[in-house]
Parts: sequence; structure tokens; C-alpha cells
Amino acid sequence: MAARSEEMARVSAREGSPWTGMWAVVWKEMADNLTSVRMSILETLTVLTAIGTVYSAAQNLRSSGRDPFLFLRLFTTGREPLPAFVGFLGFLVPLIAIALAFDAINGEFNRRTISRLLSQPIYRDALLLGKFLAGLFTLALVLSTIWLIIVGLGIVTLGVPPSGEEVARLLWFLLVVIFYGGIWLSVATLFSILFRQPATAALASIAVWLFFAIFWGMIADLLTQVLAPVRVGYLEEIVRQVRLNLALSRISPNTLYVDAVLALLNPNIRSLGLVLPVQLEGAILGTPLPLDQSVLLIWPHITGLIAATILIFALGYVLFQRREIRA
Amino acid sequence: MDEIVLETRGLTKRYGDLVAVDHLDLTVRRGEVFGLLGPNGAGKTTTILMLLGLTEPTEGTVRVLGLDPVRQPLSVKARVGYLPEQLGFYENLTARENLIYTAKLNGLRREEAYRRIDEALEKIGLVEAADKPVSTFSRGMRQRLGLADVLIKKPEIIIMDEPTQGLDPGVALEFLEIIRDLKAQEITILLSSHLLHQVQAVCDRVGLFHRGRMVLEGTVEELAQQVLGGAYRIHIEVEKPHHVLEEALRRLDGVVRVEREDTRAYLVEARRDMRAEVARAVHEAGGALLSLDMELPSLDEVYARYFEQQEVNDGSAE
Repeated sequence: MAARSEEMARVSAREGSPWTGMWAVVWKEMADNLTSVRMSILETLTVLTAIGTVYSAAQNLRSSGRDPFLFLRLFTTGREPLPAFVGFLGFLVPLIAIALAFDAINGEFNRRTISRLLSQPIYRDALLLGKFLAGLFTLALVLSTIWLIIVGLGIVTLGVPPSGEEVARLLWFLLVVIFYGGIWLSVATLFSILFRQPATAALASIAVWLFFAIFWGMIADLLTQVLAPVRVGYLEEIVRQVRLNLALSRISPNTLYVDAVLALLNPNIRSLGLVLPVQLEGAILGTPLPLDQSVLLIWPHITGLIAATILIFALGYVLFQRREIRA
Repeated sequence: MDEIVLETRGLTKRYGDLVAVDHLDLTVRRGEVFGLLGPNGAGKTTTILMLLGLTEPTEGTVRVLGLDPVRQPLSVKARVGYLPEQLGFYENLTARENLIYTAKLNGLRREEAYRRIDEALEKIGLVEAADKPVSTFSRGMRQRLGLADVLIKKPEIIIMDEPTQGLDPGVALEFLEIIRDLKAQEITILLSSHLLHQVQAVCDRVGLFHRGRMVLEGTVEELAQQVLGGAYRIHIEVEKPHHVLEEALRRLDGVVRVEREDTRAYLVEARRDMRAEVARAVHEAGGALLSLDMELPSLDEVYARYFEQQEVNDGSAE
């Protein structure tokens, strides 16, 4: 017990700011990220996807007549067999995030730069958070660029500028996409601490992403059947089952992303959950929600994404602090 | 001059059941070059990591420049340079870019950083290669870049882990020359090595590590005295070796051992420099001295002999 409190005192008595040198790490890592071949490949891929999907969406939209949210449709309209741009982002963003971070820490070990790095007057905190922030900033930079390209293309192909509300909705959308990337960034960072081999870390990250993107939906359905079976067919039973299914499926960051993006880009969506006829009383169907109501609708999703990011990052932080430096 | 800059008391590090460092007491004074010797796994690197606060001691205290590396790691690491055994750089960056990163991590302002980088590159002779990517560098160039990396923070203490391992003999000698330069600038140097003749060439004092303990400590002569008995080895060659001569040498006060090396050569081990006495003894015994020279005690021998004795002891204990 005494040893413990001494330990605590030691930790709390640590001199100086834990963020000393963090910006040096951020700038160096961002420069690395932006000049690396793997980022160039992914950027090219994303830009091509953006141009392709927006072009085909514009082709579709031209014939669709007047729509108050024409611009938002650019992001959500797909033409067979291509999915919409938001659908593409659903897997391109995790891919970019994983590519940015899967060798963050184990790369330093493998290059044998870790001991030289940590013998500089910085804490491990600065190194880890600096790397994470650099990844997040890179992601934000890339996504913002693509966002601007699409808006520009939209003006050219549709011939109308976006309205103020559309721009506001699109900015929120950008923010959600960046936070969605943040989760995968922290997952990949965690695995880069856990696994010595960058390839293992990359594969593990991709496995987790595939699990949530593809299998989690099925597992959620299965669990729902087991945990909340509909035996007789009462309304309560059915409601309970649907609610549980929704709750389970929202464990997946992909569901959170899709829900949030849909609510933002489609103002006609009034609820992301189960709506009972009683609740619809007095509602004017078919009218779009104002922006603040849409944001309110997805507020839990956004906080959920951020909370998960922080949680996973914190886990990685603890593991990294305990890691012995000598290989 | 006699200020203590590195001090450990009862320093211990355990990894589970394994005791990597066992109650180490070490004192290094300002301006000294201290060598940590010992086989791999003797606890040298663990000791170094604890001195830098890169790993926490299980027990005992460390003081580096009067600071505790666990509580004040930033101050310690700002004033102590570390050249690790496993030295790595960012391969895609140039030598200069690698150094700029280090300078920024040390919180140096741009102009100051650039000035120090130029100075350091000049000092270690990497000016021409400064703007080439590190991936094109040889082992020796990397090692020198590592030293430049340490120098830009203007350290008071430099800790080097196996600095000359894997270097060409020529490059290693240059490196030792740089170490002597640093010593001349009052920088304290702690280096670990198992390349003994090199350590011997630059170290003021050495400590011999064995299973986490520092079993011997002192100047090379002191160690030789302790382990070899006779620290001074005098080789003589005489025209007609005979029994009387050998006996006369053995009777000299201060001679530990006399051994016939060759048909005409003897090895005399002594506790002090006895060249004059040996020459006189040969003459008085009626012999004709052809050559005489004294060999300084070598660490290699100290080392080999110590571990030989250790094995004998271990063997008899079992």
C-alpha cells in the first residue's frame, strides 16, 4: 500500500508538461504522411471515386427535376452498379485511417528509432498523441480537399450553387466522416502498439473493420432472436426486439456512420429508430427537418464515435506507457 | 572537477524472476570516461536505460547531474545524450532532416538549431553527406550521425552503448579519436562495450559487469593487479638462458611469476615497473641481455582470466 502511494506520488510529481515536443512530432509525422507513397495511392483512389460517383450522380439528378436539397443528393445518389459516394467513403475512410496508423509505434521499434526518440526530452504521451493527431489532421486535410472538389464539381455539373443550409449540412457531414476515421485511426494505433509486425497490425485492423462492416449485422440479428424472441406476437414483444436489434447494431461504428450521414444528408429522415403511429400524431409528413433537429437526432451517434475513439486511444496509451523500450 | 555527475546506490532491476541489475553502486565524476564491460546480458544496457529514466528501477536510487531520472526525466534527457546500441534513423529523410527533428524535440529555436547542426556535422565530418538520405549511409556514417544527433543538444554527459561494434577498425579508431576530443571538452562519457582493447584505449576507469553486478571497478592497471596478480609484463630475451638466471629473476622483490616463453625468451610478471632491476639481475647472473620490453596490461586478459576463474569457482561449487 505504501509502495503504491509512493508510486502515485511519483507519477503525479512528474516534471513539466506531458505535451512537450508534441507539435514537433505532429509536423514531422504529417510531412511523412502526406509524402508517403501509400497516401498518394489512397488519395488518388478517393479522388477518382469522388469524381466517378459525383459524375454519375449528377447524370441522374439532372433528370430528377426540382429538389430543395439537390446538392446533398450528389453525395447520396448512386447509379447501378456503383454505390453513392457516402457508401464508398464508408470503406475508404477506414482504409485510409488504418493505412495512416498501422505502423505508428511498431514502425519506430522496427526502424530502431524508438530509443533515440525517447531519449530526447519528451514524454511518451507526446509521441503517441502527436502521432494520432498527425493522422487525424492528415485525414481531415484529405477529406476536406475531396469535399471541396465534390462541391466544385457539383456547381459545375448541376449549374446551381449550394444553399446555406446545404453547406452547413455538408460541413457537419465532413465532421462526422472525420470522427468516423478517428475510430479506425485509434484502432490501428492500438494494434501498432500491440503487435510487433506492422503487417500483423494492419491485418488485425482490417479484420476488425470487416467484422463490423459485414458480420456484425448478422450477429446482431442472431443475438436479437436469441435474447428477445417474439413468442406470441404482442406489440411489446416486437417493439422490444426491434429496439434491441437497433441497440446492438449501433455497437458497430459503421452503423453509427451510416445513420449519422443519412440523417444529415437527407433532411426528410425524422427518426433513426422505431416510430410508433402514436408518435406521428401531429407530424407533417414529407417536410424536411431543420438542421438543428437533424443534428440533435445524430448527437448520440457523434458522441458515441468520439467516446469510442477516446476509449480505444486510452487503452493504447496505457499499453504504450508500460511497454519496455528494449526490444 | 571532482563533482559527481552519475551516481547509483543499490540500483536493482528485476524482470519477473530475472535479476538484470543487482544492487549496483556506481559513481562517475565530471570529465571522466567510464567503461562498462561485460558479456551480453550482464546488465549493461538495463543500467543505461535506468540512468536515462527509460525504464524504472525496481529498487535503489539514481542521481544524474543531481536529478532523479524517474521524477525529472525531461531535465535529465535534455542534458544527457544517448547513443543506443540499436541506432536507427528515418531512412527516407536526409541526415540534416533527421537532426532537425531531434533539435525540434529538444525545443531548440530554428536559427540555434541550424547553427548547432552545422557545427555537429562539421565536427564529425559528415558535411558532404548532410543532404543525402540516410538510406545511402554506411554503418560508420550512421554511427557518426548518431553522435551528431547527440551533440546538437550540447550534452554534459554522453552515454554510448556499444559505440564501436560493427565498425571497420579504421572507422572505430576515428570514433575513439572523437571520444577523446569530447573528453577534452569536459564532457563526461559512459560507454559500454565488449571490445576491450578499444575501451582500454579511451577509458579512465572501467567497471566489469557479471550477472547484474559490478564485480570489478577501477583503472585498467588496478584491475590487472587484482585479477592477473602481476600487472606489468616484461619480456626479455637473453643469449644463454640457464637455471641460475631464472632463479635470480624469481628472487627479485616485486616479481610475481617468471615463465619461459621460448628457447631464449622469458616472461616476467611484476607488480611495478621493474625493467631496470630485471636488466641488472640478468647482468649480475652473468647473462647477456638481447632485448627487453614491457607490455602494458591488457583488458582482454583481465577479462578472460576473470571469467576463467569464475567458471572454475562455479564448477567447484556445483
